[in-house]
Order: sequence, then structure tokens, then C-alpha cells
Amino acid sequence: MTVSPAMSEPRAETGMPAPRRRRLNRKLAPWLFLAPGVLMFLIYVLIPIGESMWISFFQWDGLSAKHWIGIENYLELLDDDAFYTSLKNNLIWLVLYMLAIPFGLFIALFLNQTVRGIRIYKSLFFFPFVISQVVVGLIFSWFYAPGFGLFFELTKWLDGTGIAILANPNTVTYGIIAAGLWPQIAYCMILYLTGLNAVAPDQIEAARLDGAKGIKMLWYVVLPQLRPATFIAVVVTVIGALRSFDLVSIMTDGGPFGSSRVLSYYMYEQALSEYGYRMGYGAAIAVVLFAIMMIFISGFIWKMWRDERGL
Amino acid sequence: MFPKPIQSMSPAARLTYQIALPVMLVVWLLPLLGVAVTSIRPSSDLAQGNYFGIPSYLAFSNYLDVFKNSPFASYMLNSFKVTIPTVIGAVALSCLTGFALAVYKFKGNLLIFFIFVAGNFVPFQILMVPVRDLTVKMGLYDTITGLALFHVAFQTGFCTLFMRNFIKALPKELIEAARVEGVGEWQIFWHIVLPLVRPAIAALSVLIFTFIWNDYFWATVLTTGADTQPITAGLQSLNGQWVAAWQLVSAGSILAALPPVAMFFLMQKHFIAGLTLGAVK
Repeated sequence: MTVSPAMSEPRAETGMPAPRRRRLNRKLAPWLFLAPGVLMFLIYVLIPIGESMWISFFQWDGLSAKHWIGIENYLELLDDDAFYTSLKNNLIWLVLYMLAIPFGLFIALFLNQTVRGIRIYKSLFFFPFVISQVVVGLIFSWFYAPGFGLFFELTKWLDGTGIAILANPNTVTYGIIAAGLWPQIAYCMILYLTGLNAVAPDQIEAARLDGAKGIKMLWYVVLPQLRPATFIAVVVTVIGALRSFDLVSIMTDGGPFGSSRVLSYYMYEQALSEYGYRMGYGAAIAVVLFAIMMIFISGFIWKMWRDERGL
Repeated sequence: MFPKPIQSMSPAARLTYQIALPVMLVVWLLPLLGVAVTSIRPSSDLAQGNYFGIPSYLAFSNYLDVFKNSPFASYMLNSFKVTIPTVIGAVALSCLTGFALAVYKFKGNLLIFFIFVAGNFVPFQILMVPVRDLTVKMGLYDTITGLALFHVAFQTGFCTLFMRNFIKALPKELIEAARVEGVGEWQIFWHIVLPLVRPAIAALSVLIFTFIWNDYFWATVLTTGADTQPITAGLQSLNGQWVAAWQLVSAGSILAALPPVAMFFLMQKHFIAGLTLGAVK
């Protein structure tokens, strides 16, 4: 094995170190290994979370002195229609994004065969996930564009006038979510394809002998075995839905009339754009989004923690 | 195997499947195919309203036009300059943290691990104002270094999750045997564990490359000009300049998508192994 020469080498150099020193070393070692990563994570992730919460109690343009205003930013949020629009859109995103899971499962089942060239098909179906959301956004902007977009022409052929989905405040969010579902379905598909690969064949055969097939087989025999895949699919889909920013920014800039804003985008707009550098107010929006996501994150972590303990 | 292998079904079912496969694929990739065709359509076609017909000729010159009169090449280069150091940095840091969390038993081990995991899921906006402020204070605002530093720190969360689980699955006896032989902790890491985690390093590298290449939010928050912005942010601002010049937008989109796509096809096995970590018990 490749390991043995590597192991004998240091011994030849240093000889047997005193056992006492080694034990001390082993206590300190994990902290030394952790230090650089933990430090970076602390500076760029953990401390900023606390700072954002702190900033949300100030009126601040990012340059001049901060002005303490207590919970006024949060009170203003309660009266802010744009905030409610964003919140509502986030909810729509969250609910509709979940469709990625059944659709992904469906495509995975469709592709879980061993015909010639199936590997290429699997890769090509996965394609949308690899490309950037900016590119996905541009592709779908073109797809929906009135006058020449493929989608617009299709709807025109059907109803005579055509649907400019991104120009209508009532449909715009659904149009963007459809664009977001495209890569998300691909992600869920690949999770399920991997999961299906590991489904125990003997259990399937046994169930088949018992007369199970189709939907029943899927529900009672296959899906229970796919639970780890489903868990990850739920995690990445929930997080993806609540983090949605790129597509909104690329496709509509939150418009028309702010109707496609989501919290992440509204926060950015308030803190860093021509609307004025309202860092405090932006931070308050971020804290609300963070609180919503923490509900889900705690749930995921709790489950992972339990699994870890169970090992 | 589920569903039932198509080979065991009737010839009619097999034929249907063989036809359905390419049809489904074309429908699935329809938006992308449309953009691909548009990217080689001459602008005269678009002016005459020939949006879906066969292009009157293949205008590969669109791809050259993208580079002319626009900082497209600079944006692409910036993307590489941000992405490659981030991959190296995040993977290096997480080899260390992953090793520490997988091999040693100490108080707070699981807590630190789950803080990394949870941090990886937080919304970017909760970090935005302080991170931007910090970057400005360090004099790194609107620099590639500033952007890459943040990415390294943030991606360490995901990479640590990955590395720790990978190292945890290695046979414990290897490390124990080395300790009995009196091998130092650093030597164990360097000579025993590191050679064994090469598949994990490969998987993480392709994944992080794709994540960072495709990042748009931090690019817009931490950089502003063509000298520093990566292609995602660049493409968005060029999109504003190329109003309705869809052949250019399309060609630019395809070019911007190429590096991660190439990465995916070259390292497919590692890519999927990384992405589906934990999907199988």
C-alpha cells in the first residue's frame, strides 16, 4: 500500500516522541487545524450576521454617522406595502418551487433505464443546473419577450393576442418562478437518479412477486428508500426559493411596479441602489428574511443532528 | 430496478420510449436551443422578423462581435481570476477543518460542524451590509481580491461539511495505526489523509468552480467596473447596452456558460458525486 512508506518516514526522522508530548499535541491539534477556516468564517459570516442585526436598529446611509432609532425600521416595515408584496412573493416562490421535487422525481423515473446513450440524455437533462442563473434569466427573458419570444409566439398562436408574461403584474412572478424551476428540477432529478441507483433490487423484486407495481410500488417500496434524496431535495429547494435574487434582478428588476420583488431583492434595492442607501432599513428586511430562513435551517439542522447522534 | 426495465416490455413500449426520449429532451431544452440558434442568426434576419425560421446563413461572427467594442474578454478573465483562487483557498481551508472535525473528539466538535453547515444556508442579504463595509474598510472594495476573500470564507462552510463527512468515512484503523507508530498529527494529515481525500478534492473543486463562476449577487455588491466585475455581472450590464440585439445577448450567454459546462462534462463523475452527497445512505 502507498501508506506504509509514508508512515515509516517520519519515524525515521524523529524517532518515538515522548508519549506525554504527543497527548498534549493531540489536544491542541484540532484547534490548530480549525483556526484558519474558523477565523475566516467568523469574520465573513458569523460576525456580519450579528452586525446586520445591530445595524437594523439604526438609520444609516453607509457613510455618515449611524443614528440610533430603536425598532423604528421594523415599525416602518409593518406599514410598507412593498414589504408585504415581497413577503407574499416569497411565499409563492416557496410553494411553487416545491414542484421541482415531484417533477424531478418524474424525470428521474423516466430516465432510469439502461438503453443506449442514456448517460448522454441524463447529462443533457441536467444541463440547466450547470449554467448560471444570469444566463437562465436571459434565456427566459428572450423566451417570454413579446413580439418574438418563443413562449409569446406559442401563446399568440393559441389565443390570438399573446401573453407578455413579464409585463403583467399578475403573472410576472409566476414567469420568473418557471424560469427558476428549470434548473431546480434538474437538480432534484440528479438527486433522485443517484437515489434510484441505490434502491435495493431484491426488495423491488420481492414486492413485484407480491403483485406490487406502478404507483403503489413507487409509494410503498421505492419512495421510502429515497428518503435521504428527498430530504436533500427539500433542503436545497427551500433554500433556493428563499434565496431567489438573481432571476428577479436579471429578468424584471423587481418590476413592473415592484410587483415581482422578493425580500432578498427588496433588501438590496433599499440598501444599495438609487432608492437611497438605506442600510438600516435594508438590514431590517434582511433580518426578517433571516428569521424566516432560520425556521427551516433549524429544522434541517435538528434532523441532521439526530442522524449524527444515531450513528 | 424501478421502473421496470424497458427491455422487458413489449416492442411497442420500447419504440415509444426510444421516440419519447429525444422528444422530451428537445422540449426540456427548448429555451436553450432557441438561444443557441439565435446566437448564430445574422442580425439582418432579426431585423426582418425571421426569428424562428432557418437562419439565412450561419453568422458565427456574432461571437466575434461580442468581443468587439465591449469589455467581454476582460469580464471573462476576471471570472477566472476570482474563481480559481477561491477554489484553491476554500478547498485548502476545508481540508484542514474537515480533518479536525472528522478525526478528533473534543468538546464543541459537533457544534462547530453544525455552525459551518447552518452558515452555509443563510441568506446572503444578512451578510451584505457588513461584508461590503468590511471590504471597503480593508481597501479591497471593487477588487478581485476582496471578492475572492469573501467567497473563500463563505464556501468553507459547504466544503467543510463535505470534507468532514468524507474523511469520517475513511477507515479509522489507518489513523490509529499511524498513531501507534508515533506519527505526528500533521504527518498523519499530510501523508495519510490528504492522499486519500483526492476524490473529495476533485469533487469540491468542480462544484466550487461552478458556484463561484455563476455567482452574481456578490459580484454586484463588491465590484463595480469592467476591470473587476466577473462575467455574470458583466453580462447583465452588457444586456443593458445591447438592447434588443438578441444575437449578441445570446452569443454572450453561451460563452459565459461554457466554462462551467466544460467543467461539468470533463469531470461529470466528480461533479455529480459532490452534488448528491448524502442522497444515498
